Amino acid sequence: MRALLMWLMLLVPLSAQAAIDAYEFSDEQKEERFQQLTNELRCPKCQNQNIADSDAPLAADLRREVHRMLEAGEPNESIIDFMVTRYGDFVLYRPRVNETTWLLWYGPFVLLGIGILVVVLISRNRRQNSASTSEATPPAAPGRYQASDSLSTEEAERLNKLLQRDSDQ
Amino acid sequence: MNNRKLLAFIPLALFLLLGLFLWRGLSIDPTELPSELADKKRPIPAFELPSLTEPSRLLTPDDLKGEVALLNVWATWCPTCKEEHGFLNRLAQDENVTIYGINYKDEPGKAREWLRRYLNPYQKVVLDQDGSLGLDMGVYGAPETYVLDPEGRVRYRHVGAVDAEVWKTLKQVMAQVEQESRS
Repeated sequence: MRALLMWLMLLVPLSAQAAIDAYEFSDEQKEERFQQLTNELRCPKCQNQNIADSDAPLAADLRREVHRMLEAGEPNESIIDFMVTRYGDFVLYRPRVNETTWLLWYGPFVLLGIGILVVVLISRNRRQNSASTSEATPPAAPGRYQASDSLSTEEAERLNKLLQRDSDQ
Repeated sequence: MNNRKLLAFIPLALFLLLGLFLWRGLSIDPTELPSELADKKRPIPAFELPSLTEPSRLLTPDDLKGEVALLNVWATWCPTCKEEHGFLNRLAQDENVTIYGINYKDEPGKAREWLRRYLNPYQKVVLDQDGSLGLDMGVYGAPETYVLDPEGRVRYRHVGAVDAEVWKTLKQVMAQVEQESRS
């Protein structure tokens, strides 16, 4: 039983390795760049996968090209240029910053700025409002009217009497 | 007070903006694949590959110049290519269309047998066995059909089978290119 389990354990890493092509790199840095590039390049054939994930033959071709160019000592930019001249900006999961993508790159920050501005404006408005209401004199007792600009003393008394009479009934 | 009135219009503005984006989204076809060659009227990238039908002969982009033509990417492993093959034969015979072929990532023996059995609509067939020309052209898969102008530049690209419906578009593009190159 234990021996069997050991054998099964041995099989686990082997099956995980099977899906990855065996590329050899002259140094570790190139391998890292390979991982990064294949993760950021979109497979043109199966559009919701990057070329690292895709099993499509086209993705395998593109991985081979990336590996070949890396080993030839090409910088990342020229590898990305190579892909873009063939398949368009469409293959970039990390779009370049240019006039057509300004909205995409900076739009969220603009929206954030607008949000902050709105919050600041609203809170300032509210503070002013509460300040102005606290200055106003509150009514002496609810339901009782006092003389003011629109009511003379006699009118106020009369109004209070009338209201009193209504609430007595 | 004036400020507050303006604030009341924010939801409306947001609604209009969102509506604009969604409306635009409706008219975008996500399955449409961009072609760098066709969008920028680029010439066919440099290549030097053997001909499928005359293996001793090397073909270059110059062999595809001279007239408005179709360039069809095909392979025997591609079922849709078989589907469109009859239509390509008809175009070559009845409509006198110049069609060049790229045999893409295929076995030359099988490809020759295919042309013998189903007839050959192509004036020249480039043998692109390892798919390097396909890669340089930005080919997604087979079949794909390109419209070339007399200088060998790509003017249009169609992904998928050519049928009567697609031919209407291709014919229109070819006529337009023809007119341009004459003037």
